[in-house]
Amino acid sequence: MTSQQASPVGRNMRSRLKVIRLRGISFRANLWVLTLVCASLAVALLLSAWALTLGSFSLPIREVVRALIGSGSDQARFIVMDLRLPRIMAAVLIGAMLSMSGAIFQGVVRNPLVAPDMIGINAGASLSAVIWIVGEHPSELLPIAAFAGALMAAGAIYLLTWRGNIAGARLILVGIGVNAMLGAATTILLVRSEIHDASRIVLWMTGSVYGSDWNDVRVLAFALAVLAPVGVVLMWYLRVLQLGDLTAGSLGMPVERVRLALIIVGCGLSGVAVSIAGPIGFVALMVPHVARMLAGPMTSGVFVLTALLGSILLLGSDMIGQHALPVGLPAGVITAALGAPYFLFLLYRTQTRV
Amino acid sequence: MIEHVSAQPSSIRWRSAGLFGTALLLWAVALLSLRVGSIDISTADAWNALFHYSADSYEQTVVRYFRLPRTVIGLGVGAALAVAGAAMQATTRNPLAGPSILGVNSGAAFGVVMAVYYWQITHPIHFVWFAFAGGLAASALVFVLGSAGPGGVSPVKLALAGAIVSSLLSAWLTALLLLDQQTLDIVRFWLAGSLAGRDLSVFFAVLPFIALGVAGLLLLSHQLNVLSLGDDTARALGMRTGAVRALVAALTVITVGASVAAAGPIGFVGLAVPHMVRSLVGPDYRWILPYCVFAGPVLLLSADIIGRVIARPAEVQVGIVTAFIGAPFLIGLARRRRVADL
Repeated sequence: MTSQQASPVGRNMRSRLKVIRLRGISFRANLWVLTLVCASLAVALLLSAWALTLGSFSLPIREVVRALIGSGSDQARFIVMDLRLPRIMAAVLIGAMLSMSGAIFQGVVRNPLVAPDMIGINAGASLSAVIWIVGEHPSELLPIAAFAGALMAAGAIYLLTWRGNIAGARLILVGIGVNAMLGAATTILLVRSEIHDASRIVLWMTGSVYGSDWNDVRVLAFALAVLAPVGVVLMWYLRVLQLGDLTAGSLGMPVERVRLALIIVGCGLSGVAVSIAGPIGFVALMVPHVARMLAGPMTSGVFVLTALLGSILLLGSDMIGQHALPVGLPAGVITAALGAPYFLFLLYRTQTRV
Repeated sequence: MIEHVSAQPSSIRWRSAGLFGTALLLWAVALLSLRVGSIDISTADAWNALFHYSADSYEQTVVRYFRLPRTVIGLGVGAALAVAGAAMQATTRNPLAGPSILGVNSGAAFGVVMAVYYWQITHPIHFVWFAFAGGLAASALVFVLGSAGPGGVSPVKLALAGAIVSSLLSAWLTALLLLDQQTLDIVRFWLAGSLAGRDLSVFFAVLPFIALGVAGLLLLSHQLNVLSLGDDTARALGMRTGAVRALVAALTVITVGASVAAAGPIGFVGLAVPHMVRSLVGPDYRWILPYCVFAGPVLLLSADIIGRVIARPAEVQVGIVTAFIGAPFLIGLARRRRVADL
């Protein structure tokens, strides 16, 4: 469904394919995608810099830079390095991870409507986290509980889907089933719990990067550093996989092993992100579409663009939720509100058959 | 296609028998739903409560005022959700599409939360019209957004517009619920989906809409067959796909809006029952839809019965139990048979 993209954007893209020849190596680069990647990287950096200056104690950019390189007052260093920077980096990393995982799942099951929220992975993380909250366990270990839940859900979905192969249609049905069961269990706890716990549950399930510290950032950065390069490489295989299992197989691709690798990477990205921030909606489903509408079919370059756009969306949402509104709201509430108008504009403007 | 089917009379006989069997099963489940609960009631009492009601009998009063409303609402809502889900899967050609894909559920939830938050309405009976209005408004918005732009209506555009409107509404809703614990306390039970605590007036309020929607979709089942071949093929066969899709969407929204208004957002029935039925009777919507009319309520009412007895004297909301008994069945079917592609 995603492969039929005869659009003006698509035509532009073909004309902008440049062959670059260095001594001994030659490759094709898509200049349009490259431009977009550079532009969104710049936007992400500027946005982060701006976010560092914002807050109840506002700091000019000069102070921020000085705090970053280690000089400056102790107070400024504490605010920038210990309070603001971890939260900003968490938003950037989580946005990137969620949107990449969405792109991977949409490709693997060849369905543009799928996201890790829908096939039970986030539901596993949520259930585990909610059990943790209701059981009054120490909240420092909440991310670990959530990650274990995501992992178990992903494993269950994979094992239940496996019948000699992983058919996309079967994966979706099994995912719907697992998602429904885990979601129902979460609802039981939500309905049965004390209203105080219920509030905490709703807050966690909205998703936010509030209170992220350097430990969270380290975990996120490690996961991203391991999984994202694999994802970028696997995008090439994913494009072949889009042609269908038979074609891909006859082209000599080990279809099931590639699919397993993609699913592991997708689950890992979404599982780690959700375990730290809660199941933030909208990003995984919509950002891949935005990237495709801007830049054409999913390639490694577009995959990187997807990640950057996810970062921008989540960081922007967190900034709005934190600073622009009279009451502080978690980022998960804002992502849809911020992303939807732009998405609708793209949907209206491009003739891309999404 | 008609020739193909009539060439195999045994297949028709088999499917008709299956349909009859499902209807019988539904009859049994509905009777059970009148009898089983926090107190068990004999068949004779249940029968008398319906046809020779005497207000002196405690058992008959229970049946008349508690069990009967939730049973008939379960019948209507189950049929409505299953049929609407099948119709949406046919028009979008996507197995992930459920009755809520056009944003009805989140619109209805939004309407209810508004009612609680701004007008301090607390009883589920009074939620009905707010839910219905919210659902209709949300899906109208989805349809406008999905058909905007040069390409016109395409199933995926419509579904994405639905997902966006849903996530926008639920973002707003979550913000309200985070800021106001009191509203959360009232609304969380409604949001789980339940048949309890409604009276017959709720049923009669939504019945015309459900009847209209289900009947209309049943009449359109042949068109759904053609639509499910894909837009290009359908158009080549002479169908005005845009008009048919708009009609199907309108009927679906009315049906689902009414059922959400009556029972809250029960998502899983509409998503799963069409898949279950499809794996039993194949891809022909002229069979899928009638089967859904009976199979939807079977799932919903059995879930309701189990929810009543599993935690006696308390109850587990039907939306929760539906997922627990439906999901293993769905997974089993997905594993056992070749998945019928849409």
